[in-house]
Amino acid sequence: MEKPKKQSVNRRNFLKGAAAGAAAFVAQPVAVSAAPLGKPEPEPAPVPLQAAAEAEGKPGSDFMVDVIKSLGIEVLFAMPGGSFGDLHESVINYGNNEKPEFYTCMHEETSAAMACGYAKIEHKPALICAHGTVGLQHATMNIYEAWCDRVPLLAIMGNSADAARRGGDVGWVHSVQDTCAIVRDYTKWDDSPMSLQHFAESLVRAYKIAMTPQYGPVALVAEQELQGSPVPRQAPRIPKLSMASPPAGDAAAVAEAAKMLVAAENPCIVASRAVHTDQGMKLMVELAETLQCSVVDQHRRMNFPTHHPLNQTLRANPAGKPVSGQPINEADVILALESGDLFTTVRGARNKPNPAKLINISAGDLVIKSNYQDFMRYTETDIAMAADPEATLPTLIEACKKLITADRRRALDARGMKLADQQRQARDRHKADAAYGWDASPISTARLAAEVWAQIKNEDWSYVTEAFWIREWPHRLWKMDKHYQYIGGSGAEAVGFTAGGALGAAVANKKYGRLTVAIQPDGDLMVAPGVLWTAAHHRIPILYIMHNNRAYHQEVMGIQGVANRRQRGVDRIHIGTKIQDPNIDYAKLAQGLGVEAEGPINDPKDLAAAIRRGAQAVKSGRPYLIDAVTQPR
Amino acid sequence: MKTGLLIVVLLFSVTVWAQQPAAGDAVKGKATFLRVGCYECHGTAGQGGTGPHIGPNPRALESLVTFLRKPTGMPAYSPRVLTDADIADIRAYLASVPAPPPVASIPLLNQ
Repeated sequence: MEKPKKQSVNRRNFLKGAAAGAAAFVAQPVAVSAAPLGKPEPEPAPVPLQAAAEAEGKPGSDFMVDVIKSLGIEVLFAMPGGSFGDLHESVINYGNNEKPEFYTCMHEETSAAMACGYAKIEHKPALICAHGTVGLQHATMNIYEAWCDRVPLLAIMGNSADAARRGGDVGWVHSVQDTCAIVRDYTKWDDSPMSLQHFAESLVRAYKIAMTPQYGPVALVAEQELQGSPVPRQAPRIPKLSMASPPAGDAAAVAEAAKMLVAAENPCIVASRAVHTDQGMKLMVELAETLQCSVVDQHRRMNFPTHHPLNQTLRANPAGKPVSGQPINEADVILALESGDLFTTVRGARNKPNPAKLINISAGDLVIKSNYQDFMRYTETDIAMAADPEATLPTLIEACKKLITADRRRALDARGMKLADQQRQARDRHKADAAYGWDASPISTARLAAEVWAQIKNEDWSYVTEAFWIREWPHRLWKMDKHYQYIGGSGAEAVGFTAGGALGAAVANKKYGRLTVAIQPDGDLMVAPGVLWTAAHHRIPILYIMHNNRAYHQEVMGIQGVANRRQRGVDRIHIGTKIQDPNIDYAKLAQGLGVEAEGPINDPKDLAAAIRRGAQAVKSGRPYLIDAVTQPR
Repeated sequence: MKTGLLIVVLLFSVTVWAQQPAAGDAVKGKATFLRVGCYECHGTAGQGGTGPHIGPNPRALESLVTFLRKPTGMPAYSPRVLTDADIADIRAYLASVPAPPPVASIPLLNQ
């Protein structure tokens, strides 16, 4: 008996039919207009894709999971959405919810933030999934964060491009002609595959693009039809991932840079997003020690050990920005390594009577787009290498070593001794600064940082929130020397990244047994507080300590400045800026979402015991939140 | 002689009286410090924040008034927003803030 012919749901066949239909329309317009009038044909029902796949065997979304697994992707952060429902089901059943494991998020913005935090620890991308319309609209801000912060991220969006297959009004409003248009300005690459073979090649390509410096997010569409259709009998092939070697500075430029650095009287290394791995940190130390020169860490990543004698960051302002007479401005040669705002960073040094020479190693020139202005002001340089610092440092170090004579070595060592002394003095000044308001209530951010350090310093810890908001106290007081001990903050400086970013970092840290600590701004948490439920649900060990200053404090200062300039008084600056009346009880909020918590803590003397309890819970594998009521900053 | 002494005493009293408003009221000063948002950048105890620490040794009153009318690195406070008397009160509050403990006496800063 002949097997009955199934209803075709194959994309290729559909497109073939559609093309034929279109050709007919173009070639024979008369035939269309001459169609007999009469009772209209009943509208065709949407084609049941899943039913067809069940009948025919392995669905396309299972194959998509095969591709995802081939890339070693460990985690998938997503809020569920019907347009990628087939893929969701394949991940949890066909893929056994392992590599990737599905983490339930309560907002797509959280999904993207978690992917950023994860990648900054693990140095490989996580996957996020979302509706191609309403989900991606939610996720966009933190995809933009990934773009600005040069973080690899894979986004897969569900969509139904075929209008004939959309179900009802929801199907229509959840469909889009060009899914990735909304993120195209701030992703490295996107694609909308039309077949499973196309999907396989594009996802492998997307991974490669995301992980080639300059790192960044990529986006791919998983058509609902592809997800639900059966895998063709001639199965698509998953291509091998062939990673490109990262771009490194060419030999001539490296040699010239080495000559300038070795000959310089007062060179300075300025690094912002230079280090991604343990090896990167070792290379930074080796270069600095080879040159015995000052290093300023601008804290977008952990670029240099805080207590290293050559670390002169504390002689700049605490955020690593140059101030008059400080290390960057004093330099005669500056080596900038992925320094974001290079123009401002070197302005003082370049505008002085004997301007500093500038060597810039950055992959930023390799990936640049027009619309969003994250590329900063154009900066004149003496040597520019469109290259990855970590990939370039080995040859630069060797080139420098070859040029250093015994006499030069003695001079460099003398310079290093002087720098070490200046660093000790700066450290003492910062400790003295921390003592001000030591017992004040609300709790000073210096006291908060010191209390945290006392409880974590003997652990393998990872601090995963932006230190800028607490005046860089961790960098001023803590001994930090591993790349995962600090990951910087949000690239786009948007509120609503930190809580999710921290949790994603905690996911990555979990397998290493690291104690993850987040000093969490209150306003940021309230953008998507469901992140706490995700922490509880997935037993993600993280210690959230609230930096609860009960305000969008940056904006308080901004409005205060405007009101003062206009001499209208500052009595109303709380309107729209303060998070008071009522004060939010973050401990109760966390408890309601399943996270152990305590607070509010107003007296700094109560902090130590609370942090001890929190750290113990986290070491046992549970999230914990402490609500510390703090000074504004 | 007695008359002369009386004049001296009276003059001294007048001088002291005249200086009293300038000396400021620390309690009122704290309320004003919080009301006009000084603490947003300098901390509730003047310990510093986005701005530097300004207590417990604030600059001289005349200098402080001059600075706040036309500062560098922070918004200006005009007399319409902050009177000279308000500034004197704030200064008194800042002067009353306890000195920070020596670093050596704080174990957490010597870890």
